[in-house]
Amino acid sequence: MTNELNKSRLKKMFRTMLISRALDERVWILNRQGKAAIAASAQGHEASQVACIEALDPSLDHFLIYYRQFTVTLALGTTPEEQLRTFLAKDGEIMSGARQFPLHGSHPRVDLFSFSNVVGTQLPQAVGVALADKMRDSNAVTVVFFGDGAASQGDCHEAMNFASIHSLPVIFFCENNGYAISVPLSKQMAVENISSRAAGYGMPGVLVDGTDIFDVFEATSEAANRARRGEGPTLIESTVERLLPHTTDDDHSKYRRKDDIEGLSRMDPLPITAEKLVSINVLSKSDIQMMEKEAKLIVDDATEKIGNEPYPGVETMLLHSDLEF
Amino acid sequence: MPIVSVIEAVRDTIRSEMKQNPSVFILGEDIGARGGVFLATDGFVELFGPERVIDTPLAESSICGIAIGSAVNGMRPIAEIQFADFVWPAVNQIVGEASKIRYGTYGKKICPMTIRIPYGGGVRGGLYHSQSIEVIFSHTPGLKVVAPATAYDASGLLRSAIRDDDPVIFLEHKKTYRLVKGEVPSDDYTIPLGKAEIKREGEDLTVITYGLMLHYVLQSAVECEKLGISVEVVDLRTLRPIDRETIVKSVSKTGRALIVQEDTAAVSISSEVSAIISEECFFDLDAPIMRLTPLEIPPMPFSPIQESEYLPSKQKITSAVSKLSSI
Repeated sequence: MTNELNKSRLKKMFRTMLISRALDERVWILNRQGKAAIAASAQGHEASQVACIEALDPSLDHFLIYYRQFTVTLALGTTPEEQLRTFLAKDGEIMSGARQFPLHGSHPRVDLFSFSNVVGTQLPQAVGVALADKMRDSNAVTVVFFGDGAASQGDCHEAMNFASIHSLPVIFFCENNGYAISVPLSKQMAVENISSRAAGYGMPGVLVDGTDIFDVFEATSEAANRARRGEGPTLIESTVERLLPHTTDDDHSKYRRKDDIEGLSRMDPLPITAEKLVSINVLSKSDIQMMEKEAKLIVDDATEKIGNEPYPGVETMLLHSDLEF
Repeated sequence: MPIVSVIEAVRDTIRSEMKQNPSVFILGEDIGARGGVFLATDGFVELFGPERVIDTPLAESSICGIAIGSAVNGMRPIAEIQFADFVWPAVNQIVGEASKIRYGTYGKKICPMTIRIPYGGGVRGGLYHSQSIEVIFSHTPGLKVVAPATAYDASGLLRSAIRDDDPVIFLEHKKTYRLVKGEVPSDDYTIPLGKAEIKREGEDLTVITYGLMLHYVLQSAVECEKLGISVEVVDLRTLRPIDRETIVKSVSKTGRALIVQEDTAAVSISSEVSAIISEECFFDLDAPIMRLTPLEIPPMPFSPIQESEYLPSKQKITSAVSKLSSI
């Protein structure tokens, strides 16, 4: 990847953000209609996710993600149709055969690995992925995403410590939205920033504004270059707002102040990014309107197509288990 | 054929697998310069270098988490947990994660890793160097659990474990390491996972066991023969998947079953074996199924008198066999 975010790349990134938002809104509606069992929204995280992936190489690098990552998965090249199918648990679901929660499993086209709902387990696993690359002299970087909640797990500490000891090519990308479901950051840690912990592991810690695609892109590019040069891991903390409750089963009015919730839209990365791209003449306002329409159409088409597909039947239930043979 | 101890068999097998396959590497606590606390990897760091013989920080969860990640990315890690009693921080990564990777990715990812775990007591290990931890792993679909008792089995089964495409928990009984010796061929043989073995043929009664207890059972069987009781001995060798066929065949023949284990009884391997016999041999049984296990207290007291009281012994086994055969 070059370090140049040209016009076409910026357009593509914004388009991905719009599709992600349209899909995200759609699965919440499908949940309320009783069709999608659960969803964890990425609304508020879109700029951070799209800019991080833009700085990496989906054909080479490894991506260990967690559950709030509509935009990461789209940016990596999964299709809206594939994504909707994961939420509706339909036959042919590409990640896990509809065995796991949405967006969990792995993907046949990119090395996207999203496994557990036990928060933080992906961090040591990512370090293991990177260790294998180092042993084989691969030039790949492993990116592991996690939230501020996962930063409290022992696995987070163990992973960062080991990666730094062995100078492994890992980017620890923390999306800090200030809440572990309902518990605010002040009750999770006595420091202001997760990135400040990097010093304790002997690696750089970088704090970025997760609504700023340029900021996130630059920090991730630098971390990837450092990793590919064999200089070891970087911890990036990207500050974002979670615009919606934790999942479709949560109600954040129980633990967030009313004025706090009302003020969330000021941190919405979509209008913030749109404004930036208009101001530097990458997009016009009418371009944006057209792109929003297109995103809605894509999601409408996918919804219509997948809505009537069957669920996987019992005949595939034993595949890839010990009882298969 | 050379006569080697269990620990030598383990060491020779890992060394030969590492020589043959550059994807195989080892990680764990004190496995480098120290060669492992039981010397299972003695001299390995000099032979293979620190890149393939990784001394980890004291952090069991990440030892297994890192092994998982490397396995998913094409390597064949062998992780050593120093003592079974220390595996608990890693259970989340093993039971919660590794076991579900093939199923949960619809076969797109596999996790070919071996976790070697020295376990078991009778070595004055007290509460935290004596535990039997096989049950939690044997309960978990997606894992394989192996518990060899002899040097020959340890080598052939370890080779199969390392070459297997799924996570294998490889349990090595600490007391067998130097106490138990046997012939081990120097060729590249494997023993299939999931197959028990009849270690002694008999007619009157079947004893089903595994690990260190096998040796006490075999000693007892010699005594029982003198008492006029012909004992057949089934060594489970693999605890998951368990070999139903061999258990059922033997118990159907003898009509009497005694299960001997070092682990406590409640919800254990003996419970599973007992259920299998009840399900499949009910009409062939001449007596109730009997279990010889320790008392339900935390394993196991440090006091030598209490430790030997806690564990099944040759005498206790002989007495249980006599009792069962007289029913």
